[in-house]
Amino acid sequence: MNLSLELMLQLSIIVPLSATLVIVATGDKPNLREGVTITSCLILIYLVVNLYQGLSLGATISVFWWELLPGLTVSFAIEPLGMLFALIASFLWLVTSCYAIGYMRCHQEKNQTRFYSYFAIAIGAVIGLAFSANLFTLFIFYELLTLSTYPLVTHAGTENAKQAGRTYLGILLSTSIVFFLLAIVSTWFVAGTLDFKLGGIFYADVDKVMAGTLLVLFIFGIGKAAIMPFHRWLPAAMVAPTPVSALLHAVAVVKAGVFIIVKICVFIFGLDLLSVLPTTQFLLYLAAASVLLASLVAMRQDNLKARLAYSTVSQLGYITIGALLATSSGIIGSSMHIAMHAFGKITLFFCAGAILVSLGKAKISEMRGIGRQMPLTMLAFFIASLSIIGVPPTGGTWSKWFLMMATLETEQWLLMVVLMFSSLVNVAYLLPIPFYAFFPVLLSNRESNKAPNQYSSKAAPVGNILTGRQIKEAPLPSLIAIVITTLGCLTLFIYPQPLFDLASAVLSIRE
Amino acid sequence: MISHLPVLQVIVPLMAAPICLIFKRAQLVWLFSLLVSGLTFLISILLLQQVMTSGVLSYELGGWQAPWGIEYRIDKLNAFLLLIISAISTIVLFAAQTSIEKEIDKNKHTLFYVLYLLSLTGMLGIVATGDAFNVFVFLEISSLSSYALIAMGKNKRALWASYQYLIMGTIGATFILIGVGLMYQMTGTLNMQDLSQRLPEVAQTRTVFTAFAFVIVGVCLKLALFPLHHWLPNAYAYAPSIVTAFFAATATKVAIYLLIRLTFSVFGLSFSFTTIPLQSLFMALGLIGIFIASISAIYQNNIKHLFAYSSIAQIGYMIVGFSISTVTGLTATLLHVFNHALMKCAIFLALAAVMYRLDDVQLNNFHGLGRQMPLTMAAIVVAGLSLIGMPLTVGFVSKWYLLSALLEQGWWPVAVLILLAAILTVVYLWRIIEVAYFKQPLVDNAAVKEAPILFLVPIWTLTIANIYFGIDTRLSVQVAQAAAQSLFGLTP
Amino acid sequence: MLIGLFNNWIVVILMMIGLYIVIAHGNLIKKIVGLTLFQTSVFIFYISMAKVVGGTAPILADDIIQYSNPLPHALILTAIVVGIATIALALSLVIRIKAAYGSIEEEEIQRQDNQIQADKKERKQA
Repeated sequence: MNLSLELMLQLSIIVPLSATLVIVATGDKPNLREGVTITSCLILIYLVVNLYQGLSLGATISVFWWELLPGLTVSFAIEPLGMLFALIASFLWLVTSCYAIGYMRCHQEKNQTRFYSYFAIAIGAVIGLAFSANLFTLFIFYELLTLSTYPLVTHAGTENAKQAGRTYLGILLSTSIVFFLLAIVSTWFVAGTLDFKLGGIFYADVDKVMAGTLLVLFIFGIGKAAIMPFHRWLPAAMVAPTPVSALLHAVAVVKAGVFIIVKICVFIFGLDLLSVLPTTQFLLYLAAASVLLASLVAMRQDNLKARLAYSTVSQLGYITIGALLATSSGIIGSSMHIAMHAFGKITLFFCAGAILVSLGKAKISEMRGIGRQMPLTMLAFFIASLSIIGVPPTGGTWSKWFLMMATLETEQWLLMVVLMFSSLVNVAYLLPIPFYAFFPVLLSNRESNKAPNQYSSKAAPVGNILTGRQIKEAPLPSLIAIVITTLGCLTLFIYPQPLFDLASAVLSIRE
Repeated sequence: MISHLPVLQVIVPLMAAPICLIFKRAQLVWLFSLLVSGLTFLISILLLQQVMTSGVLSYELGGWQAPWGIEYRIDKLNAFLLLIISAISTIVLFAAQTSIEKEIDKNKHTLFYVLYLLSLTGMLGIVATGDAFNVFVFLEISSLSSYALIAMGKNKRALWASYQYLIMGTIGATFILIGVGLMYQMTGTLNMQDLSQRLPEVAQTRTVFTAFAFVIVGVCLKLALFPLHHWLPNAYAYAPSIVTAFFAATATKVAIYLLIRLTFSVFGLSFSFTTIPLQSLFMALGLIGIFIASISAIYQNNIKHLFAYSSIAQIGYMIVGFSISTVTGLTATLLHVFNHALMKCAIFLALAAVMYRLDDVQLNNFHGLGRQMPLTMAAIVVAGLSLIGMPLTVGFVSKWYLLSALLEQGWWPVAVLILLAAILTVVYLWRIIEVAYFKQPLVDNAAVKEAPILFLVPIWTLTIANIYFGIDTRLSVQVAQAAAQSLFGLTP
Repeated sequence: MLIGLFNNWIVVILMMIGLYIVIAHGNLIKKIVGLTLFQTSVFIFYISMAKVVGGTAPILADDIIQYSNPLPHALILTAIVVGIATIALALSLVIRIKAAYGSIEEEEIQRQDNQIQADKKERKQA
């Protein structure tokens, strides 16, 4: 096929959206329906990779759809940051779909057609968001993303799920309508345009207080970035099926949030302006508080998915800090962390889901010794945890490195301490899980120190754990997905160059 | 023929109304009314076209020259309104026959169409005429027929609602009559154009102040502006569904038109907003109305009640836009008049369809309806999102203009309040969506099917219009902007 | 001043009496009486406005030089017709309300309406 890049850009948004229709039409034939999903994933990846090649060859790719109001257009343009985001999203969509097929069937979920169709809409929205050429287009896809993920969150349809759906929608819609939209309209008034432009769109003599207020509105308005105090929706959304959680946390929703923050910092405010705004420091501390508090809360969670959710809130804070530091290494660190965290967190969620499907366990306290039954899963969990913490040989190392560099450059010592301390907390709440999964006996040894006879009554549960030795891994499609993303974590350590190139190109696009 | 269009706009439905009585079969009457309404729609398109290209049209009724005879004066503002009213009327009529079969006694079907057409005549007349007393006459034509239409509702509460509306409506109309009389006393003319020229000379007299107060209060009663809104929820909730759909989309819009016409054209901008503190008053009432009505809407279990309160809230938005009294603010109001007509008509028609299938629109009737009537519910969802102001729907366009107008003036606290109110809209809309999509249908309603095609066509025409005009805003924005500019005496 | 605006005083007094009856009385027929009074006061207002001192009926004749303004009369004829239609409609509504509720007292009607609501709630709970 020889399509022009512009056409491919449009197709990359249209393909997932129109896949929805086909999915609905083939709803009564599950195999065909999943075939459609996978096919459209593959088409999307083909398109996005081609776009990437085009971009790295130096082509400028932009498309104009229509003008809603004078000066307010729906149009798309590709720049490295969006490209990076689209690459991750499209690739992980494929992996998540693969995982979902195993998970949903094994779990015998209802309404699977609804699930896959809204899933496809969500990805269409993410791609549209990634390639938006202005704030207005971005806002459209932002809201579309919120609405299309709502039925996914409430998928179970139980009272619990509905309650979570209310929180989810309530926070995301409220912040986007009250803060984000207000910020957009105000920006329109102050700057006269909403187009993303490297170095910002505000004039140099813009009122600093005004621009500072706008920055606060933007950061609060993008509820998807889950900066405290607007993070409640994320743990609430945990009632969703695991592939959805994985999608929400690693690919679509939260990453869309931080992606927009980075984008706004670079292309609306510009790094020069950002560093002199009066509110930047306040927001940095807010993000730091978010990092720290969420980490601490995560330690106290017994539900694995809830723990991972708070961990996400904390990691999103890293990305926001990186963007707000307004240095090139900060931006590079943030952009890379979007990718690194995506791979790490999606693996963790996949593992959580696999444990739930195979063993029916959701609580961490019940997971002692499951390493015998699910060795591969728990190994993946271990590697992904390392990536989240930022330890070699995983990809997370690089992004955390750049983020640290940024705090050093700007001499934000407090922030540096927060980031390092939070990493330590990461170790404390993530590593014990795989550790006890593999070595339950050590645990019971320590616990029963006082009782000399360790194989007496107290050790009975351990005995039970040890008897369940037969391997009981997740369904094959899910397992494949887990392996792929884990390998991703490792590959990104060894071969981060393309990612780094994209991330560093963010700040040096030709006009 | 073309030069007679302004009067034909009103005469055609007026004449057609009694002709309805000739037909014996309800089906024929329905087709005839549909034809008539379609014709008025066609006329309104032609009128708008003419006005946009060649400016104001003036028609002297019976050949009497303007200040003495009655003048029909069509400018951009009322051409726009005429288009909205006749379009909505035609679309609603599509579903009328099916809907009233369930809700109105068979022997009253013909009378229903007579009243419907009379009501349409009244609204078109109010908008088309350039004569202040004529406004009163048409107001009463439309009001009297609407009292009777509301009383046709199946529930006995419809009678009581209609009676209350009658009392309030008559007081409102009489207030307008008093105001017009006082104006006539001071100027000796009833022609609005003439009035606008003569009033400034006597603007500082107490009589003119009194006249202003009377007409504005009278119009606000018709408008259901907070705190004069008590007649509206019951009237909308217990009227036959099709009547609700028609009125929700048009009746209050006509009152808004009248308010704009009186304050901007007749009394003039400087009198209305400088001499009299209308701005702060209306801004406050509009905002309070938005919040009180939205919060009331959240607690309603009758869905028609719910959306009736929502209508009151939406009127608040229009009033806020109006009270900004700038071109952008007025554009926002006019856009919202158009957009709100599209959303509310779609919603109330969908409710009519639900009524047709389930005989009631209590919240628990909606259990599981997302699966049983997917197209109808989808329309409610889309129109509801438009009500919230999601991008790519019409609601977003008017909200954008309203926010722009507020920020232009630097009134950002009001902008924040407007946005906060949108969250309340989300709340009451989601109550419906949750039960419709996440509950199992009630046992009695297990066999409910999708609405008949005669409902679906108009519902989805409107729903698609909700999206279309949210994407291609050229027509609505252009006309609204031109109308607003002409009211400020600017030439676009 | 007071005497000069004598007609206006009458109009205002009638109007207030009418409005008071509409607001204060619970009987639906009495409300309509009040409404009629209210409307009539406006008719008087218009008609008295038209009077020109020393003017006669507006008939085209040689010896008539000054005549009263005929326009308000014409207007008020229309308004009277509208008023009659309103009253007729209101009364017919009252007849149907009587048939449906068995009463024409506002309090009784509202009591019955609330009763329906309360019954519904009870049924729901049961």
